[in-house]
Amino acid sequence: MALDDAALFRRIEGFLISYVHCIDDDKLEAWPDFFTERCLYKIISLENHDRGLPLGVMECDSRGMLKDRIESMRRANVYEPHRYRHQVSALQIARRADGRVDCRSNYLVVRTMADGTMSIFSTGRYLDRIVLDGDQPKLEERLVVFESRRIETLLVIPL
Amino acid sequence: MERGADLIAWPPEGVSRVPYAVFSDPTLDRLEQERIFRGPTWHFLALEAELPEPGSFKTTHVGDTPVIVVRDRDGTIGALVNRCAHKGAMLCFEPCGKRENFTCVYHSWVYDLKGNLTSVAFRRGINGKGGMPDDFDQADHGLARLRVESLCGLVFGSFSEAVPPLAGYLGPQMVANIERLLDRPIEILGYHHQTMDHNWKLYAENVRDPYHATLLHTFFGTFRLNTLTMDGGIVLGQDGWHHISYSKKATDRQAGEYDGMRSVVQDFGLADPSLIERRLERNDGVTLAIQSIFPTCVVQQIHNSLAVRWLVPLGPKRCELHWTLFGYRDDDSEMRTMRRKQSNLVGPAGLVSMEDGLVGELVMRGVAGDPNKASVIEMGGRGIESTENSRATETSVRGFWHGYRALMDL
Repeated sequence: MALDDAALFRRIEGFLISYVHCIDDDKLEAWPDFFTERCLYKIISLENHDRGLPLGVMECDSRGMLKDRIESMRRANVYEPHRYRHQVSALQIARRADGRVDCRSNYLVVRTMADGTMSIFSTGRYLDRIVLDGDQPKLEERLVVFESRRIETLLVIPL
Repeated sequence: MERGADLIAWPPEGVSRVPYAVFSDPTLDRLEQERIFRGPTWHFLALEAELPEPGSFKTTHVGDTPVIVVRDRDGTIGALVNRCAHKGAMLCFEPCGKRENFTCVYHSWVYDLKGNLTSVAFRRGINGKGGMPDDFDQADHGLARLRVESLCGLVFGSFSEAVPPLAGYLGPQMVANIERLLDRPIEILGYHHQTMDHNWKLYAENVRDPYHATLLHTFFGTFRLNTLTMDGGIVLGQDGWHHISYSKKATDRQAGEYDGMRSVVQDFGLADPSLIERRLERNDGVTLAIQSIFPTCVVQQIHNSLAVRWLVPLGPKRCELHWTLFGYRDDDSEMRTMRRKQSNLVGPAGLVSMEDGLVGELVMRGVAGDPNKASVIEMGGRGIESTENSRATETSVRGFWHGYRALMDL
């Protein structure tokens, strides 16, 4: 039985909350499972997005590519240890005719380095397309449109 | 004129030593603005493709100085200091756009696309009172202009009347690589911007340093995208001021040189290898070519990922790296997908390049407290020469310091 609007909202909200806890608690091996097998995850600056330019700072179009990002982060890339803490708000959802759900929400990420330095690392919008597998939401597309234009030092943990 | 040598001492060993003071001394930073950024050098300003029609403009910086690059009504490209002649306010604060003229928001002084002052608000005063003096001549108050030259659609500017024409400044081998990569109309794919808490010269060193590339950037070695066991070399231009480091993946003859190093991760296969699917676009076999143009421009080919990067110092302890990625207008859809996927290798989140943001900061913090000590740059000898068959060298780093010392009189 299809979820009513309020139940659908709660379901998706819970799903998106789990997503940020997964990242913020450094359980990134589980992060690709928030996506469908074929998917689009793209972090793109507002500058490129608004000008219709395709370049993102990170772009993965399969769950495999998401896994490779995490594998590379764990084993290949070099960076100073740090954590994110996401604040997510202002969720709106809209059902599409094809049964998928369009969502948007705001995010703010505070980055804390191992030496204690804290900074607002990124803020922007999540623009999502979600499919329901039974009642289980999955991200078919997540566009992370960040507004700061520039990235401070490097970005390795996904947003 | 002040000399760098009046400010700090260079070690007697020459360019195989770099005194730590050059990365933090604020007086050197000021002198660099005068002698390097406003001195006899050429600076990347824009790609012609970013300025498609008359009035199209882009704002950028040459060192500290804000600059507008603009296509004039007659199609030529000019570069103007982005500073109203009246009070010095920046005229243009958008990154790009299209304008009929440049009007200062502060007091509505208007400049045409060539930078001529064409109108001053209330010049004649109001009701015969006030206004500018009778002998005020608008022709004396245009915007400062840079010299501008284009090469294959790359627009460069200079504040110097003394610097040789661009092709002579670069030399034939540097020109040839630009002609090789910009041999047909391009399409802008987008921009990256990355701030780093270190002196700009640490990035200038980093990009000229093929020694680190396959050691720090584990992704390169693990997936054999670039290793020092491939055929390749270093080509220097203008006494080492500029360089190209290139390699040819098909020639990799690895025989255990990387065994046991952190730079090769065992048992790491990609779950989705489409990330590194690539196509050889030219018959020269070159799969990687990093070209530096003194002082702050980089032209990049990493497989099919193409970019121009340029660096802007933000004081002695911070800098911003800008990237413009591009493809070709005639790319087929498969090629477009490849370039987009390979863009995961570069930029601030690049699987290959992200560490470059980090290492400069590690050096910056490491050298603190001992300005009179120096780094040791002796890989490949102590001289400055092209090496046609090896990249286990820091010759191009020494070349950068050779150019730096010459301009700074240091």
